[in-house]
Amino acid sequence: MTGVVILAIFIATAILAPILIPDAALDVTKADGGRFEGPSFSYPLGTDESGRSILLLLAWGTRISLTVGIAATIISMVLGTAFGIAAGHFRGAGSHALVGVTDWFLVIPFLPLAIVLATVLGPSTTNLIIVIGITSWAGTARLIRAQTLSIEGRPYLERSKALGAGNWYQMSRHVLPNVFPLVLANTTLTVAIVILSETTLSFLGLGDPQAPSWGALLDRAFSSGAVSRGAWWYVLPPGICVVLVVLAFTLVGRAMERIVDPRRAS
Amino acid sequence: MGSKVLRAFITLAFVVMFNFFLFRMLPGDPIGLYARGRNQDPEQLVELRRALNKPLLEQFITYLRNPFDSTIDSTRFSRPVWEMIGERVWPTLLLLGTAILLASLIGIWIGIRAGWKPGGRFDRMSTGTTLILYSMPEFWLGMMLLIVFSVGAFGIPGMFPVGGISSPGVDTSGPMGWLNVLWHLVLPCTTLVLIYLADYALVMRASLIDERKQEYLTLARAKGLRDTMVRKRHAVPNALLPTVTLIFLSLGFVVTGAITVETVFSWPGLGLLTYEALRGPDIPLLQAIFLMFSIAVIVANLIAELLYVVFDPRVRS
Repeated sequence: MTGVVILAIFIATAILAPILIPDAALDVTKADGGRFEGPSFSYPLGTDESGRSILLLLAWGTRISLTVGIAATIISMVLGTAFGIAAGHFRGAGSHALVGVTDWFLVIPFLPLAIVLATVLGPSTTNLIIVIGITSWAGTARLIRAQTLSIEGRPYLERSKALGAGNWYQMSRHVLPNVFPLVLANTTLTVAIVILSETTLSFLGLGDPQAPSWGALLDRAFSSGAVSRGAWWYVLPPGICVVLVVLAFTLVGRAMERIVDPRRAS
Repeated sequence: MGSKVLRAFITLAFVVMFNFFLFRMLPGDPIGLYARGRNQDPEQLVELRRALNKPLLEQFITYLRNPFDSTIDSTRFSRPVWEMIGERVWPTLLLLGTAILLASLIGIWIGIRAGWKPGGRFDRMSTGTTLILYSMPEFWLGMMLLIVFSVGAFGIPGMFPVGGISSPGVDTSGPMGWLNVLWHLVLPCTTLVLIYLADYALVMRASLIDERKQEYLTLARAKGLRDTMVRKRHAVPNALLPTVTLIFLSLGFVVTGAITVETVFSWPGLGLLTYEALRGPDIPLLQAIFLMFSIAVIVANLIAELLYVVFDPRVRS
């Protein structure tokens, strides 16, 4: 419940941001605050190294972080579910190949792989979405494959095959609707992971340098020396936003897991 | 056991292939990637171009002959890539080793206490805390710790160094030097420990909760064994297995944490090297680091799989 409320607040902020906040808030040349000012009445969260209001930057960041999060999750879920169902359904060499690919992506450490891909593709928001999507689908695939295997063992699928159902029909009409609740629960958890990934990659400078996503804000804070100045108002808020959103998605995801599959409840 | 080693080897082979071909599959000028934003000696450029004009397979075989070739130079530092990596390994091992050790001990302890009495006060408090820690970007935690404990904020005076592995001018080979390194180690290690223990605690807790349902524990209690002994002698050793396996398997996650935390604390290890390589981008260095990290994780996974068979006789086929 708490999770849903938190999410509602953030999503509302993301949607309303362009209406409530003038574009000038992001523009470095129009910044009129002092540098690294602490929180005050006119700048509730203080200013950054160029004098922009951190509160407004943060609100804009909500849009970017959530957009990247959801977009990358869609890619990850589509890939993961497709691979998972296919790997669980087919037998023989094809299945081994699919499982092999999934395992490879699971073993390789996320950040080095993401760094390599992002460097090669170049710094932009779209590339970031692609990179995160490519590096995150494997966990979902493994889960969906296990679920597919258990579904395939059920009698009605045998009956359907005996009646002449083709592969595509079986997978889309029988397996998919049955794995769907699990997919939904897993999606919510994946968004949490994806947002953390996006924050990390943006912090390392691999995203669009203009976009004030929360990770990018932390990157700017770090590079401009906010830490050595003790400018906690620059560092604390973006991080808290990330923690709240990730926590919210995690709580909602775990609740959904408990509904979908009570045996897995942790 | 042989099949597991073979699979690890195949995974490694794919890593090497991926590493090599990715940078050459790009549209556009690969020389441009190598020399991005940098003044390169025109003779060197001609050499590079000639080398890259050879057939792809021939280049691959040259690479395979010695992927650890000491003549591959970093484009940014003009030093052999593997020499640079060799220098930075020990600080990373020191930081990660200490962090993993502490995080395991503390995380497992928390997991045991929480899992033995699920729903109890300790469980609720610790699960809440670990969930929050789990949702935190590790570098943000590091930055906040720096601001509070190193620069000093909210009334707390700064007592720890702002970064690096030792203060300038300190001789790190003597005991006083070691103390200095230790002082520098506190904040980055604390950051990593807090992040890692969340994962370990959650797994240990889940594992122990599952173990409690086993029937042999009912028998132990029926025999008259005290609760503490049931826990210490029977439940925990068996529940420990998945946790220890997970600690090895989570090395990928550990590596991610290391890169960002080393950056924040200017800890001169492989993580910081990665960040510096990113700035270029220094492609040869990045390739080598990727290879290095992948090897470490693949080996750790292999060890985890082999250990699991050793400790759990039930999986031996």
